[in-house]
Amino acid sequence: MERPELIVQEPIVQAPAAPEPQRRDFFQVGTASGRVERAERRVSVAVEDVSAWYGSKLAVAGVSFEVLAHSVTALIGPSGCGKSTVLRCINRMHEINVGARVEGTVRLEGADVYGPNVDATRVRQRVGMVFQKPNPFPTMSIAENVAAGLRFMKIGTKSEERDRVEEALRAAALWDEVKDDLNKSGMALSGGQQQRLCIARTIAVEPEVVLMDEPCSALDPVATLKIEDLMAELAQRYTIVIVTHNLQQAARVADYTGFILLEQSDSAGHLIEYSPTSDLFTHPRDKRTEDFITGRFG
Amino acid sequence: MTPDNAAASVDRFTAADPLYRRRKAIDRAMTAVMFAAAGATVVPLALILFYLFRNGLGAINLDLFLLDPSAPGRGGGGVRSALVGSAIMVGLGTAIGTPVAIGCGVFLAEFGRNRAGTVLRFLVDVLAGIPSITVGLFVYGLIVLPARQFTAFAGAVALAIILIPILARITEEMMLLVPRSLREAAYALGAPHWMTVLRIVLPTAMPGIMTGLMLALARIAGEAAPLMFTALGNQFLSTDLFHAMDALPLRIFYFATGPYENWHQQAWAMSLVLVLFILGVSLLARTIVGSKVTVRQ
Ligand SMILES: Nc1ncnc2c1ncn2[C@@H]1O[C@H](COP(=O)(O)OP(=O)(O)O)[C@@H](O)[C@H]1O
Ligand SMILES: [Mg+2]
Repeated sequence: MERPELIVQEPIVQAPAAPEPQRRDFFQVGTASGRVERAERRVSVAVEDVSAWYGSKLAVAGVSFEVLAHSVTALIGPSGCGKSTVLRCINRMHEINVGARVEGTVRLEGADVYGPNVDATRVRQRVGMVFQKPNPFPTMSIAENVAAGLRFMKIGTKSEERDRVEEALRAAALWDEVKDDLNKSGMALSGGQQQRLCIARTIAVEPEVVLMDEPCSALDPVATLKIEDLMAELAQRYTIVIVTHNLQQAARVADYTGFILLEQSDSAGHLIEYSPTSDLFTHPRDKRTEDFITGRFG
Repeated sequence: MTPDNAAASVDRFTAADPLYRRRKAIDRAMTAVMFAAAGATVVPLALILFYLFRNGLGAINLDLFLLDPSAPGRGGGGVRSALVGSAIMVGLGTAIGTPVAIGCGVFLAEFGRNRAGTVLRFLVDVLAGIPSITVGLFVYGLIVLPARQFTAFAGAVALAIILIPILARITEEMMLLVPRSLREAAYALGAPHWMTVLRIVLPTAMPGIMTGLMLALARIAGEAAPLMFTALGNQFLSTDLFHAMDALPLRIFYFATGPYENWHQQAWAMSLVLVLFILGVSLLARTIVGSKVTVRQ
């Protein structure tokens, strides 16, 4: 059984009683790749009863789901239902909004990322994020962009840095296109290349989890396909959670899919259904999921 | 839509319709008014340049740059002392003011979303509105009187005080113009706030801040009032920061108000030099802005 090599990580907190990572068997295999079946069935991220506010506005309420290590998990739902908010609660990006608040628990390898003494920047080093619009740093070259996270953390010597940059660019399937232009500005690249540059920048610091918030919504179909292919590759090494408004994309890339919907009662996003992707798309358990995937609303 | 009112609505867009004709006339009138306003803005600059070239060009020669002011009534001479003095005091004033201004602007942009920031922003705006002659008087009391000496240093401090509020607000605005997505990218890589500011936001805003610096520098280079009671002026070349020093705007003032023809001509020539310098710096600022546009998404 080939198992992706796990990167040894120090725990977020040196708390005395960090709970053991939960292990559990899921009832069904994910997508056609069977990736999750082969990989360790370990819960990487556990979202437990998370609610999030912007000021006094409740945006998502009581969301719970578990993300298996080395799986691709998709969050789908109509726009404005709170997909991005849920995603940003996982790496504590939600709290950079003024007045934003989170309740509930998010566990990364068992440890509560909202626990006392947990440094949000440390969480974000372990849970990377790729955004909707490619956002390379405009003042930096391609190589510097990829090395930015390493430099923030002051990791490695110059030559180690060069190696990590190359490795990350290869992993992001961008190396061949930019290897002669490493000192050029990242802004000169096409949108799809910029997004892969952002992926390289994210994985250069070797996170455990990569969050992607509609990473293809600003890209053309060819660039989209490249990134989708990349996701399957990346799942060998990282756990991936992707927000997408594109149902076909979720069906293509995700092992598990969660459907979020704004409920009228509290006008906040709720996780309606969370299942292996094939189940969710072929036998939705909830009427509203069925309506959504058959295009009856949203 | 019936054929009838379809025809009527087509009629709306033809010259036959009175409503259309009136709109067209208003449009023409408004366009003319705006052209006139634009012209009224540009004409003074054109006239200033015209007069400066006509009256000043004749007095521009090597002597102007290489000789110091001649004794009253002697004729000849140049304004080297003023050129050197302006370069020194504008340079020193910029060097003193820039770090303070950028620091203040960064504070306003990054930590200024609260009461303290609002108060500071207001104070900076008040400082920007204080007449430059008042700044000169203030520095006179602060530095010149205790030292019992007019000094170039005091002049530079006065210029810095004028530069700081201008550049601080430009810095704040340029920092706030940096797309939020770049900050988020840095945060998502685990960079703390201060690192995000220093490594990402400030460098990204830097072309804009440099443009602001150019504009502020052009502004203080032309100031005479803050130097009158501080650097005083000096008809001899001096590079001593702790003595009176000459400056172009001061020398223009002395020569233009003096009784001698060669002084008047040299005042025109200095004005021309100063305006061309300011024009050049502004053009430089534009090219920096130009490069910023390509950097921004
Ligand atoms: N920065 C913000 N400030 C206030 N409200 C926000 C902010 N970002 C998102 N929201 C609100 O939270 C809700 C969920 O938004 P979001 O998570 O972005 O939805 P999605 O990603 O599913 O389109 C929306 O109603 C949106 O208006
Ligand atoms: Mg979103």
